[in-house]
Amino acid sequence: MSTETHPTDSKPDPRRSTGELIRLEQVTKRFGDHTVLDHLDFSVDAGKHVTLIGPSGSGKTTILRLLMTLLKPDEGTITVDGERLFPAPEKQVREIRKKIGMVFQQFNLFPNMTVLRNITEAPVTVLGMSKDEAEERARELLELVGLTEHVDKHPAQLSGGQQQRVAIARALAMRPQVLLLDEVTSALDPELVAGVLDVLRDIARSTDITMLCVTHEMNFARDISDQVLMFDSGRVIEAGPPEKIFSEPEHDRTREFLSAVL
Amino acid sequence: MKWDWSAVADFMPHFWDGLLVTLQILVLGSLISFVLGLVWALLMRVPTRWVTWPVGAVTEFVRNTPLLVQLFFLFYVLPEWGITFSALTTGVFAIGLHYSTYTMQVYRAGIEAVPAGQWEAATALNLPLRRTWTAVILPQAVRRVVPALGNYVISMLKDTPMLMAITVLEMLGEARLFAQQNFQFTEPLTVIGFAFIVISYLASLALRALERRLVH
Repeated sequence: MSTETHPTDSKPDPRRSTGELIRLEQVTKRFGDHTVLDHLDFSVDAGKHVTLIGPSGSGKTTILRLLMTLLKPDEGTITVDGERLFPAPEKQVREIRKKIGMVFQQFNLFPNMTVLRNITEAPVTVLGMSKDEAEERARELLELVGLTEHVDKHPAQLSGGQQQRVAIARALAMRPQVLLLDEVTSALDPELVAGVLDVLRDIARSTDITMLCVTHEMNFARDISDQVLMFDSGRVIEAGPPEKIFSEPEHDRTREFLSAVL
Repeated sequence: MKWDWSAVADFMPHFWDGLLVTLQILVLGSLISFVLGLVWALLMRVPTRWVTWPVGAVTEFVRNTPLLVQLFFLFYVLPEWGITFSALTTGVFAIGLHYSTYTMQVYRAGIEAVPAGQWEAATALNLPLRRTWTAVILPQAVRRVVPALGNYVISMLKDTPMLMAITVLEMLGEARLFAQQNFQFTEPLTVIGFAFIVISYLASLALRALERRLVH
């Protein structure tokens, strides 16, 4: 069949995997009596952009935090690029973590460092990059997010939108295969949202990075997603391409949710 | 009561000696308390009771017993076990140790005040634990606690005369010695009283300047 992916069709970068990159199997996460994720199964293929939508408290953010190893699941297994992330020894976790970058709702830039050092800190100390190389790359990334003139400023001197764009550059500086975006525009003033989303659209278009995105920006989700997952009460109740989910959702809960947010 | 300027003049050489000793105690004692307090605060975060329990017990004990008792103990009891230091060394160590049990609380509060998001960002960037502490957490924690540490420096200054009890001739010791030899109490005690005010005022000015430099 002509549409079948052939091994020789894969991207030239050997580090990039094709096929399934992330797999969650029967993952359960509880906080006290509250079950946030209930025997969840799902997988993401390399290079895909997947958006998680659903009401607050439905477990979307928890999935990102599990993948970033900020939380541990109570049950189930998580696999990234064929290797166990949980359960796994600390050394293996550190290796897998190198493949994953995350951008947070509250930016979480290091306030004691300049913009430049926020971006170069991890490439130098974790990847062992030379300072010059890391700085050169940081400047390229700052150009990508449109902040070249702010290299020597501290985060407190920047607007929320600018801080978030630095945070995106910081995550990309580690050359992750997967980028996790956790409600990255929710803490921003409305007029600053567009700038951040434009940067992300640009990245989605121009790189082969896999994106997992929790957002309430439905237009953005429609633009960048290959697949949209609708969450409710710790389960995926509906999944599909954005055209289908946004235009003709099958599930009543999806319809209700979309009519409330659109 | 009459004021005798010649007594002031006679006391001044002794005053300078005492001032030098007081400043030595203050500077070295502060350094010890800053470093040791940080060590205690970090040890209390080691995730095993085998560390936190003994450290907690020792620091709690030191904090809740009087400095004067500790000075006497270190100066008069330790030599019986063959451990001997000069009065000044013993005094500096005692006051530094005593205040480290306060500064550790200050550091703890500073470390806890660093938002969880900073730890999360460090994890997401895969920074090693050591690097997370030295490059991310401590710079932010220490910046927050400089004013509180400064208050303990002033407080320590006012405790330095206690070292007189173990024969250290700091300012009060010199003043008392002079007073007893010359039967003139007013002048030397007034002089050192002013000196304490001036030192604490200068110290607080220096700390405020440091605070301003740390906040940008």
